[in-house]
Amino acid sequence: MKATADKATGAEPPLRVRDLTVAYHRKPVLWDVELTAPEGKLIGIIGPNGAGKSTLIKAVLGLVPRASGEVLVYGKPYEANRRLVGYVPQRGSVDWDFPVDALDVVLMGRYGRLGWIRRPGRADRQAAMNCLEKVGMAAYAHRQISQLSGGQQQRVFLARALAQEAQLYFMDEPFAGVDAATEKAIVALLHELKASGRTCLIVHHDLQTVSEYFDHAILLNMRVVAQGPTAEVVTRDNLHKTYGGRLTLLEEAATEMARARR
Amino acid sequence: MSAFAAWWNSLPIGLTDALWTIAVGATASVGCALLGCYLVLRRLSLLGDAISHAILPGLVLGLLWTGTRNPLPMLLGAMAMGMATAFLTELFERMGRVPADSSMGVVFTSLFAAGVILINLFASQIDMDPGCVLYGLIEFVVFDTVELGGLPVPRALLTMSGMLALVLVFIALLWKELKLCSFDPALASAMGLSAGLVHYLLMAMVATATVASFEAVGSILVIAMLIVPGATAHLLTDRLGWMMALAAAVALISAVAGYLGAHVWNTSVAGMMAVAAGVQFALAALLAPRYGVLGRMLHNLSVGLRIAREDMLTLLWRRGERGREPALAGGAIRELTGDGIVFRLALGGLRRRGLVRVDDGQVALTANGARAAEEIIHAHRLWEVYMADELERRPEAVHEAAHPMEHFLPPELARQIDEHLNHPRTDPHGSRIPRQGRIG
Repeated sequence: MKATADKATGAEPPLRVRDLTVAYHRKPVLWDVELTAPEGKLIGIIGPNGAGKSTLIKAVLGLVPRASGEVLVYGKPYEANRRLVGYVPQRGSVDWDFPVDALDVVLMGRYGRLGWIRRPGRADRQAAMNCLEKVGMAAYAHRQISQLSGGQQQRVFLARALAQEAQLYFMDEPFAGVDAATEKAIVALLHELKASGRTCLIVHHDLQTVSEYFDHAILLNMRVVAQGPTAEVVTRDNLHKTYGGRLTLLEEAATEMARARR
Repeated sequence: MSAFAAWWNSLPIGLTDALWTIAVGATASVGCALLGCYLVLRRLSLLGDAISHAILPGLVLGLLWTGTRNPLPMLLGAMAMGMATAFLTELFERMGRVPADSSMGVVFTSLFAAGVILINLFASQIDMDPGCVLYGLIEFVVFDTVELGGLPVPRALLTMSGMLALVLVFIALLWKELKLCSFDPALASAMGLSAGLVHYLLMAMVATATVASFEAVGSILVIAMLIVPGATAHLLTDRLGWMMALAAAVALISAVAGYLGAHVWNTSVAGMMAVAAGVQFALAALLAPRYGVLGRMLHNLSVGLRIAREDMLTLLWRRGERGREPALAGGAIRELTGDGIVFRLALGGLRRRGLVRVDDGQVALTANGARAAEEIIHAHRLWEVYMADELERRPEAVHEAAHPMEHFLPPELARQIDEHLNHPRTDPHGSRIPRQGRIG
């Protein structure tokens, strides 16, 4: 197999993270994270508040500096393969009063492949419209985004990710604060992505639905507590390790470290 | 000399001076207003303020370097300081403990103060007045002209036109990048369209516009034009392209109205232009169709009237349901609204729509009125069932809660709820759920 193959060849996993450490203001938030995402799976990233779930995604995407470690997307550094990656940030991370309509937002999903300066054309517009259709939002294409409900906003974000036509998706809490209909629509969409060989890593908060929604799970609390098929890793013991007592020691150690090195 | 130039030069000097001055103010204002839209959207408005102050030491150093008022080194020095402001602000903020606004405040006040000190220290070599940086000298631009096609064009107008052209090219080229980086910088960076790079390019443009404008129009006008037109336009539209166009229009109107105002009251031209922008903002805040105070009041009034109309209809319909005449004396209905004007407007609306008729002071439902009432009752009782069944509320408690909802349940959502509940026939109190043209 030639190293130039940048698509899913089966030889390289969609995501491999080695020895990743991330610190904010010198305080470590992620320590020695090692993980491998198998191809064509829906993978839940689970852990308590402040466990570094969003930070993990941002570090992989190069949005926060890595203190150490390596991230490989289909066997290459992220920067070389970023076209294969789609990203759905938290809904709360943007200003929904921004003067654009739903179609404009979805069209932004095409910007990456266009590169600098070039403007989206008719084909991009059509692709964006199709993506809106897929999430059942075509009727709202020309509505200003603050006039949409929370669930509808989340669907627009997902449509934008679809417009990226990626192989590997990172989604930061897509289920947070959405209505039942949107939750159902998201699950259906995830299964469609999976059926077409896409891999999705999804930060998730609701422990009750983890086994129902995800094939694999990554239990995270500053480090990877467990990863693997959901049935095997989401156990009482592992959850206790992720959410329970022992981990506070790590948090205290990190705090001490930040104090000592200021 | 062209015919136009001949005609122009034959105009009274007072008029041509006025037009030149307005042109200088307008080009400076429009350029700043266009860039300002991005600052407003990114909640960075005060960074324009900061940069316009912080460039002072850059200007002074540029002047000292060459010893002449050659604009290029001054421009470069000011640009460097402008970028330093943007960079240092972010650096201190990232250190933690220093919030963004304090960080900005520390940087630009220190730099501005340093500029003042530099001017004092090298006063003998520098012909510069810190006051002029703030207020500008727009009244004097017509005295420094270059001959262009037979016209005495103010030098400042050439500078301003160059700046405006640069701004237009910048926005036209990076339209998509500026949009994405302002809306969702994280996605932009993840896609390889570095939000950091775009941010600094924008800051460089703000610094350029500020430096180019300050001598002619002064920082006060620059700061006003970086913030006010964008903020005004944001109240008036929901599209980025229109926002830019409206901001430019506000800037243009400010230049014209400001000049005329200053002429009438014999006061500072630049100051009056900034005030004109402020007046336009106040008007927009009051009159904007969707986000203005008056617009909201009208909207609330129309919603209030609709609710009053619907309440009258259902009041009459419920009488009919209980086997009585679906008509009431006006006075009895008026108790429902409690307000003379609302009552009269709502009743008038119902009569105009042919939903009620009035005979001898008796208000009676028409056939159309009965149908309209059934639709509202349908929504009301459906919502009661929904709350009792799905939200497990006690039947006694659901009537009050369903009352406001009956006015706001769109037909499509009502249909979905109806389907979801498997087309119930009665509400939790045992009353029939009316449905016209529907099975049931």
